[in-house]
Amino acid sequence: MISEALVELSRWQFAVTALFHFLFVPLTIGLTWILFIMEAVYVMTDREIYRDMTKFWGKLFGINFAIGVATGLTMEFEFGTNWSYYAHYVGDVFGPPLAIEGLMAFFLESTFVGMFFLGWDRLSKKQHLMGTFLMALGTNFSALWILIANGWMQNPIGSEFNYETMRMEIVSFSEIIFNPVAQVKFIHTVAAGYVAGSMFVLSISSYYLLKGRDVAFAKRSFSVAAAFGLASILSVILLGDESGYEVGEVQKVKLAAIEAEYHTESAPAAFTLIGMPDDEAMETHYAVKIPYALGIIATRSLDEEVIGLRDLQKAHEPRIRNGMIAYEYLVKLRNGEDTPENIAKFNEIKHDLGYGLLLKRYTDNVVDATEEQIQMAVKDSTPPVAPIFWAFRVMVAAGFTMLLLFALAFYFNAKRQIEQKRWLLKAIFFALPLPWIAIETGWFVAEFGRQPWAISEILPTFLSTSSLAANDVLFSLIAFIIVYSILFVIDMYLMIKFARLGPSALHTGRYHAEQVPEQSAGLRHSTS
Amino acid sequence: MFDYETLKFLWWCIIGFLLIGFAITDGMDMGVGGLLPFVAKKDIERRVVINTVGAHWDGNQVWFITAGASLFAAWPLVYATAFSGFYFAMMLTLFSLFLRPLAFDYRSKIESSNWRNNWDKALFVGSMVPPLVFGVALGNLLQGVPFSFDSLMRVTYTGSFFSLFTPFTLLAGVTSVAMVLMHGSTWLVMRTDADIAKRSAHIGRIVAIVLTLTFALAGVMVWQSIDGYQVTSVINTMGQAQPTTKEVSIVTGAWFNNYKAAPLLCLAPLSGLIMPLIVALLFSKKVKSTGIKVMAFAASSIAIIGIILTLGISMFPFVLPSSSQPDHSLLMWDTVSSEGTLSLMLMVVSLFIPIIIGYTLWCYKKMWRTVTIAEIEQNKHSAY
Repeated sequence: MISEALVELSRWQFAVTALFHFLFVPLTIGLTWILFIMEAVYVMTDREIYRDMTKFWGKLFGINFAIGVATGLTMEFEFGTNWSYYAHYVGDVFGPPLAIEGLMAFFLESTFVGMFFLGWDRLSKKQHLMGTFLMALGTNFSALWILIANGWMQNPIGSEFNYETMRMEIVSFSEIIFNPVAQVKFIHTVAAGYVAGSMFVLSISSYYLLKGRDVAFAKRSFSVAAAFGLASILSVILLGDESGYEVGEVQKVKLAAIEAEYHTESAPAAFTLIGMPDDEAMETHYAVKIPYALGIIATRSLDEEVIGLRDLQKAHEPRIRNGMIAYEYLVKLRNGEDTPENIAKFNEIKHDLGYGLLLKRYTDNVVDATEEQIQMAVKDSTPPVAPIFWAFRVMVAAGFTMLLLFALAFYFNAKRQIEQKRWLLKAIFFALPLPWIAIETGWFVAEFGRQPWAISEILPTFLSTSSLAANDVLFSLIAFIIVYSILFVIDMYLMIKFARLGPSALHTGRYHAEQVPEQSAGLRHSTS
Repeated sequence: MFDYETLKFLWWCIIGFLLIGFAITDGMDMGVGGLLPFVAKKDIERRVVINTVGAHWDGNQVWFITAGASLFAAWPLVYATAFSGFYFAMMLTLFSLFLRPLAFDYRSKIESSNWRNNWDKALFVGSMVPPLVFGVALGNLLQGVPFSFDSLMRVTYTGSFFSLFTPFTLLAGVTSVAMVLMHGSTWLVMRTDADIAKRSAHIGRIVAIVLTLTFALAGVMVWQSIDGYQVTSVINTMGQAQPTTKEVSIVTGAWFNNYKAAPLLCLAPLSGLIMPLIVALLFSKKVKSTGIKVMAFAASSIAIIGIILTLGISMFPFVLPSSSQPDHSLLMWDTVSSEGTLSLMLMVVSLFIPIIIGYTLWCYKKMWRTVTIAEIEQNKHSAY
């Protein structure tokens, strides 16, 4: 039996390392395009200030990029080190998108990132701009393939279980690529990255405007970020994840959890604005509801039902019982009793094998699971509601706040009044953490909402771990927390230092700190 | 397009190709990082050394990432077994790999000698620990690794972190470190001048000789005292990936069988032995002409190809032999992904590898120059 402690620690380690990595990736995704826009303006207009903008925001991009690369390595390792049964069970399907990401995207991004930083004097203007474009393109392709892999975890189509090799294998790769869940996720996630990049530039530019420093530089940066940010936040919200909730069992469960919808309501369902989800009683207390809203948002129609968690669980029970039989036949087949009848019988019910595997948490001998164990597995077949319910609301609140800020920023910037609106600049400055709050809670909704599955309806998270001792993982988890905390401090130190310094960091002699010597004396070290 | 058997063999070649690509490109960066404290004394010299690879280390590192991901896609059981079995060794490698990207990018951002010295140390550790661990890990592959599968193909590894280190595997680790140091030195001789180039050639000569000696000694040990593995049942090379259905026996010296069967294959170990000596020879006099510099780098690259091929050919068709349950050993015939996946990924690889090599070479060409102290002084705010 796999120990509960091992599973919990492995999940914590993955969550910590993925969430940490995901602090840096969206900013990279967003900033690459912003850098490209700035540099394109430079190449077209030949105005020095746009080159300085590209280089300065590029410096901050570099600080972020390095740590993103470092922590990305962890993700590459962890499927093998900590989730080795997962790696075996789905490597045939899940491995290819990751390998294609390396070949098609990561090589491109990483090769041209070197040109971006160090190629200014060695490439022609147009070549350098093309390099920046390829870097941005690579970054976005990278997100595409990762989300194709992730989309398959949420909605595993285009593949089939093979009892002889004891794993999932690809049947149709085009189905996997055009998985609707993956497509929606891709748009939602890269657009969220653009928002992060825009908010980053917008906030730091607001800081310069508030201080009255390098105003020409800050205003131009602000304009680029306001326009790009407004377009991006609109895409995030309008092309939100919702449309992806129609397909796939796990997505339906997630939707019900997001809405704390325990009972199926007749269509069109009301949207629970706020309430107290209670998994024990399977009721949401003190719910404040907006009539019709959920049904319209979730199903884009007035007559389709949004199924509640009680009914979803009820539907899972027969599948678990069916899964026990599938497991029984699988054991027979693996023991050499692969008669045509047994194979036929297994193929008929193998789509429920995953549900049978849910029982592995309680008994090694799935076939003889007790009634009580079956009921526990049924209860397990949907995730805890409250964390998902609240995380989703935090994400949405952050999203709409940003929409408001970007809209105001765009409006007053277009009217050329932005410098006078100090309250808005202050609000934008303090809103800097919002994209990260939205992104991290969004990740949480998507991945915690997938529980108890690693691969929806196919492989329980519980079963996916490596055969390690819990203490091994405890040790590495502590090491990750310590090392990542140190990395975070170093990253923040450099970011804050260079952000405060502003374009003076370029040492062109044209900016604030270089013209007012008293103020630059406050910086402890000189910087390059 | 190809039958399953051919696909399996091609994927053995592709994984080997990616590992060689990793060793030649990123191995060079690691060699440079390892040589840093010895060939560059002053800060400005260190910046010269770092800037020879500054624009390329990140792209080079992707060879490693792609090799890892391809292992996941093409040989999922190898990926699952090796990464979880060598858990702490992998974590050690991972944590030391964190240091390089940060050191490259952060080091020159602040002009404090304390800050820069610490990043130099980080760069050294991040450059030397991974090749050491990889060498030790590959030594363990030759020795066999204690793992077995249950009936549902869950792998259990029964060794410990410390059991990875034996005299033989440590020798393999030293070989691997010497290999990247030699390679890094040939790169620095090509791309720097004056004192740095001189010191690099000097150290390069020493590590090249060390490499020949350790590689030869490892060969003797494999012949004399290391268990080899041999499949004794018939292998169904067209069959599905079912690694627990064959019979394997342990025979000392079995890792030499392939060379006995096809003596031409001895070219691989021979280049591993001779090419480093050529590097040492070329570096024994003052290196002046570009031709000699390029020849030394080429010899070093061929040495790397020879050494990695030696490992692959000696073990073929084994990829990961099991010492505790030899019948469960992983072969390149029975550890693979499905036919459809191998075929799909073959197309992707054949499409993208030429493109990758194309734009990578373009970037190297554009950045090609001798990096000098004067250049770094001129660009001290934009260079690494």
